[in-house]
Amino acid sequence: MSDNLREQLLLLPAYFQGHLLLTLAAISMGVLISVPLGVWAEQSARVKRPLLAVVSIIQTFPSLVILALVVALLGGRIGFLPAFIALTLYSMLPIVRNTVTGLESVSASVIDAAKGIGMSPNQILREVKLPLAMPVIVAGIRTAMVWTVGLATLSTLVGATSFGNYIFTGLQTRNLVAVTVGSLASASLAVGLDSLVASMQWLLEKRSEAVDSARLKRIRISVYGVTAIIVSLALYGLIPKPRADFVVAGKPFTEQYIMAGLLTQELEEAGFNVEQRLGMGSAVVYEAIRNGTVDVYVEYTGMVWANFMSRESNPGREGIRSGVVEFLEEQNVTTVGFTGFRNRYALAMRRDRARELGVTSIEDLIPIAAELSAGSDLEFFGRTEWFRLRDLYNMDFADKLTFDVSLMYTAVAGRQVDVISAYTTDGRVAAYDLLLLDDPRNALLAYDAMILASTNAAAQPEFMRILEALVDSIPDAAMRQANRLVDVDGESITVALEYLRGEMTKN
Amino acid sequence: MIELKNVQKSYDGGATLAVADTSLTIERGEFLGLIGASGCGKTTTLKMINRLEEPSSGEILVNNCNVIDQNPEQLRRNIGYVFQGIGLFPHRTVAENVAAVPQLLQWSAGDIHARCEECMEMVGLPFDEYGERSPSQLSGGQQQRIGVARALAARPEVVLMDEPFGALDPITRSELQEEFKSIQQNMALTVVMVTHDMTEALLLADRIAVMREGVVLQIGTPKELLNNPSHDYVRDIVAMPRRRAQRLEELMRNE
Repeated sequence: MSDNLREQLLLLPAYFQGHLLLTLAAISMGVLISVPLGVWAEQSARVKRPLLAVVSIIQTFPSLVILALVVALLGGRIGFLPAFIALTLYSMLPIVRNTVTGLESVSASVIDAAKGIGMSPNQILREVKLPLAMPVIVAGIRTAMVWTVGLATLSTLVGATSFGNYIFTGLQTRNLVAVTVGSLASASLAVGLDSLVASMQWLLEKRSEAVDSARLKRIRISVYGVTAIIVSLALYGLIPKPRADFVVAGKPFTEQYIMAGLLTQELEEAGFNVEQRLGMGSAVVYEAIRNGTVDVYVEYTGMVWANFMSRESNPGREGIRSGVVEFLEEQNVTTVGFTGFRNRYALAMRRDRARELGVTSIEDLIPIAAELSAGSDLEFFGRTEWFRLRDLYNMDFADKLTFDVSLMYTAVAGRQVDVISAYTTDGRVAAYDLLLLDDPRNALLAYDAMILASTNAAAQPEFMRILEALVDSIPDAAMRQANRLVDVDGESITVALEYLRGEMTKN
Repeated sequence: MIELKNVQKSYDGGATLAVADTSLTIERGEFLGLIGASGCGKTTTLKMINRLEEPSSGEILVNNCNVIDQNPEQLRRNIGYVFQGIGLFPHRTVAENVAAVPQLLQWSAGDIHARCEECMEMVGLPFDEYGERSPSQLSGGQQQRIGVARALAARPEVVLMDEPFGALDPITRSELQEEFKSIQQNMALTVVMVTHDMTEALLLADRIAVMREGVVLQIGTPKELLNNPSHDYVRDIVAMPRRRAQRLEELMRNE
């Protein structure tokens, strides 16, 4: 077994437990809400149409949007709760719809008979309609269950633990073993829970039939046994763990995984109990540090400047630094210090292609840009930096394509695009022999990496002392090489972290 | 036993009458057939007796009590009902179906069990053999036998039947008709049966009410209707079985 696989499997119990608890809680809440709603809708045409419309609309929202909206509605709260609420909302459509359909499909002659022999409306519902609709309702629950297990992987982005931790980390750090383990685990859980519900349903239906009773008994015992084990595994997660002293967070790309690892190791070595929330979205983690659910993470000045301060100007590296620190102070976020490296956007080309076209700076692109194609990550072409660059140099590209980061580098290396919006500390810049173009008109922002801390954490001198030791300790080259170890050489985060610590010049 | 006094039913606020000013008296132990074409108001009349439909005006007495003063569910539990579509509960066993009304009346488990055995014996489907089966494992005729057993389980004095044998094949139908007639006589049941089969009405009913367009045209014993039809429609509808019998006889003579 490879080190990588062993490292991944060590994470399995925690991820499994988180994923299971999230899924079971959401599906149980979904059933508790949706079945009564379905019953109500079947009885009242006035309720039915709007209700089905609302649950359908929820379903048409991209799941990421629902997650982000729930986080926003909860005032930036991250972790289990927003993921649980979003998954519950998502589970509603199949359950509500199948409940309505199941109840509606109960034969009219049976309902007439129930009424005719003197059953009350409640008895008709409980003793005739619901039991007869049950197979259809259970089918809806099973559909919702499979969806929920799959969607729960996304809850990693709002800081809840799930198999998504494997998948997002794996995708961003090109760790296919992690991606595979996460996907297989998620798929197996979906299939397993689905078969469990199917066997429960089978048992219920066979309850009154005279089938081979010894066999039935065996099956019943095993179904109950497995259910008990699964539920207790999920509930185990509710037992409060020793409370972490600090929560370290990170965004979903290689450098952030390495830096989160560094912050964690430093704090743990000083004897603190640390909890990690990795792979979180930019806006989510920023919100979390403001309200103290996250204690420390690494942010970039240009990010705060453009995204959270919504500034369109570029006062230069120092101007941004001081503006950002001041702004963060107003936001109750402590800037511990700058780590020393910068990870900013730069336009990059294959070195041979640049030579062929005689390009060394963005100015050289002006006469030829209209014939070139450019690729970016998912956001660059939507950022004010790009608009400023376009205006300052008065040029635009013939084609602008957006890619997942890994694919963006492959695209430029494979000559499918001419120019990309590279990250300056990305190891793939060197690996693919890319030339970073100069920016003489200062269009692109500076992105100094800085350590941000929550007010609570910053009030603890020991915590601050540990983190301040990291200020100005990581040169660009060291960070770039650490990223490269993961992104290009396929090493694990652990290996990259070890390398980085060897290169650091700690105070 | 059952009395309808000037009962009217309209579904459109009085513009048209599904049942128009009907008065009927059904004696204890009597078997009344309600006959007429589809839409003549016979099923509506039947359903008003146990309040599956409410009359727009007039009153209905069962055992000298106005049905409108009674809780509809309680009322229905005390009146047997055999349904056109049989309407057995597919998710329950045969025995559970028969036990449905006694259960609603909260009889003790022992009483329910004993009564189920009795009723199933009565309709010729012994409890030990059929009790645990599911309704779908029975033939149509067997299902309606269970339908009858369910209607009788709580020992009602009154049984309402809505085209109970309509969906059965002719041989099963006539078997069941005869058996039900003898059960009705043994137990002195008061029965109101809706049918559009004149032969069935003539063979089973003590008196027959012929309905057309919401109005009872004539009510009387089979003999009275055959001999003194008060109306052309009554004469035609009553004569139908006899005409068919004559036609059969002719066919046989020509062979």
